[in-house]
Amino acid sequence: MSDDVFRDGAFHAETWSFPKDDEKLPPSGPVAVGKARFLIEIQALRSRNGEIGVVLTPGESLDGIVDHLDRITLVALRFTRYSDGRPYSIARILRDRYDYKGELRATGDVLRDQVKFLLRAGFDTLDVAHAGTREALRSGAVVAMTHHYQPASAETSEGRTSTAPWRRVSS
Amino acid sequence: MYRYDEFDHAFVQERVAEFRDQVARRLSGELTEDQFKPLRLMNGVYLQLHAYMLRIAIPYGTLSSRQLRRLAHIGRVYDRDFGHFTTRQNLQFNWIRLEDVPKILEELAEVEMHAIQTSGNCIRNVTADHFAGAAADEVADPRPYAEILRQWSSLHPEFSFLPRKFKVAVTAAPHDRAAVQVHDIGLHLKMNEKGDRGFAVWVGGGQGRTPMVAKKVRDFLPEANLLAYCEAILRVYNLEGRRDNKYKARIKILVHEMGEAEITRAVEAEFATLQGKALTVSAPEVDRIARYFALPDLKALPAVSEAYEAAKRVDPALALFAKRNVHPHKVPGYGILTISLKPIGAPPGDATSDQMGAIADLAERYSADELRVSHEQNLVLPHVKLDDIPVVFAQLQKIGLGSANAGFVTDIIACPGLDFCSLANARSIPVAQRLSERFADIDRQVDIGDLKIKISGCINACGHHHVGHIGILGVDRKGEEFYQITLGGSGDETCSIGEIVGPGFSSDGIVDAVETVIETYLKLRASADEPFLATYRRLGQEPFKEALYVR
Ligand code: SF4
Repeated sequence: MSDDVFRDGAFHAETWSFPKDDEKLPPSGPVAVGKARFLIEIQALRSRNGEIGVVLTPGESLDGIVDHLDRITLVALRFTRYSDGRPYSIARILRDRYDYKGELRATGDVLRDQVKFLLRAGFDTLDVAHAGTREALRSGAVVAMTHHYQPASAETSEGRTSTAPWRRVSS
Repeated sequence: MYRYDEFDHAFVQERVAEFRDQVARRLSGELTEDQFKPLRLMNGVYLQLHAYMLRIAIPYGTLSSRQLRRLAHIGRVYDRDFGHFTTRQNLQFNWIRLEDVPKILEELAEVEMHAIQTSGNCIRNVTADHFAGAAADEVADPRPYAEILRQWSSLHPEFSFLPRKFKVAVTAAPHDRAAVQVHDIGLHLKMNEKGDRGFAVWVGGGQGRTPMVAKKVRDFLPEANLLAYCEAILRVYNLEGRRDNKYKARIKILVHEMGEAEITRAVEAEFATLQGKALTVSAPEVDRIARYFALPDLKALPAVSEAYEAAKRVDPALALFAKRNVHPHKVPGYGILTISLKPIGAPPGDATSDQMGAIADLAERYSADELRVSHEQNLVLPHVKLDDIPVVFAQLQKIGLGSANAGFVTDIIACPGLDFCSLANARSIPVAQRLSERFADIDRQVDIGDLKIKISGCINACGHHHVGHIGILGVDRKGEEFYQITLGGSGDETCSIGEIVGPGFSSDGIVDAVETVIETYLKLRASADEPFLATYRRLGQEPFKEALYVR
């Protein structure tokens, strides 16, 4: 993971820690763990002072996670390959079905050509390792669509048009 | 026809800009071919054996004269003066330079066309009955729904990286000309007792390595739920479809592995969370889209045209053309005219730029400016006055496209095969050409009657061989091209997958083998009215097998 995340058009310093599975949880501060550890240590996580996050890899479902969405403030969905689109559906389910309002982060193989898809699917932060993508995001060089034919999970930030109920416009 | 408004134009322009940026990064070396591949595929650009191929979307097979002229122009300027109409109602150019693609896309955008999602692991160009909007037997025009689906599926943020490609087909007639049961989702528009519109929903059909007939998961899905239900199906597929093996990644395998009951349960559960929300298809929106597809202003005419009848009496060629290539129109005095792109000995589905130009002129003058592309790789003039059919026929003969062979043995479907395609095991086009020459005699074709031959150059089955009455599959046997024959397939409402009849045939032997099958049929048919498929279904494989392998 990088030491910064992209949000609202700029890179911001990382505030979360991601202890390895064999590392102890830090006593305080926001901390995010993988699903297996999350399920085992949920009581410890809930009782410490500090925000809770969970990192899911493709194929890991939301079972066991959704019961704790009241306390979770970061869900990071890992793209092992950008062409594996499962995290998009997980993101949408979190936003639309469970009305999750916390941070939803895309991590792993996050590239400039998918940025708009990610934002529309409900991700609000991007953890970007790819140098070209970082540069393009920083300089505003990403060329992306602003006209869309379907409602997605960025409903609050997208405009509508007078014709056609499903059309959306983003900036 | 659908017309772009400002929004649609802006959408396509943005997509052109986005793709131009991607091409530039590829040409500059910033993107490797591996990184670029999924991006170019999302926009219909393949790397074939000899060059890049560009596949242009012809949504639900509907074209205007102006659009066809533009395609002819692109063929002239950027390709080798011809294009290839595909089994997905699209058009392919086989000799394209990558650096020209952005310019071509711009030229397409000017006539409200694009190449979005004609390939890649996303929802592909939606197909429909090629007689849609004109057919006498349809309950309504299915194209407004196909257009609604096209829009919804275009650059869908959730479904652009599916396990595999995803194909949707829509029909609205009891006789299924869109092969909905061999699609990932097949939609059959119908009316219930109350006169409300809805769809029978079929899921999990497909061809390829593991051909399967779709399962019907809903008998009547109300129109309002169309998009929410499709979104539910796609979501289940996106999450659960296999990603470990490309050959097991289509939804048909998921349906098979989960079982019909379980997948239906999963889809219904997902649908329950989506229903009644933002994706509801409202009646006013359907009406708004449907207005674009209003029947053109066709003057009322007598149901029988004296001039046409008289012309048929004196010209047997016209009479045959009328019988084979003209289908009943919903408006009296009009016909739906099929232009066969299968002249004897020619590659199926190819049209030269000049032919495209001439056909565009005919459509403008005689068919209310409209055309259709059929998945059988022919073109259709949907609204021709019966009075005008003789002159249209004469014009078609002049450009070498007057073949009265629609649905006959020489109306062959073939994929590009080893002549172009990098995945091919064997050539398809030359086999189609040789078969066409073998059966060139029109009296013999008339005697044989309805018979669909479909040829694929590899197991991906782009030539739909599984649903050919006679299917031919190219295989590689120790570096040599071989051809397997399947019999009894059908893509219509009686959908069935063809059965492999036995060991394959060499390139030299395949045409004789097909002839043997056909001669066997002619001997065994109950009467001259019993078509090949009916005879096969009555007798099964045995007599054909015997004729082919027991000497
Ligand atoms: S069936 Fe095979 S050879 Fe033919 S076009 Fe498809 S992939 Fe290529």
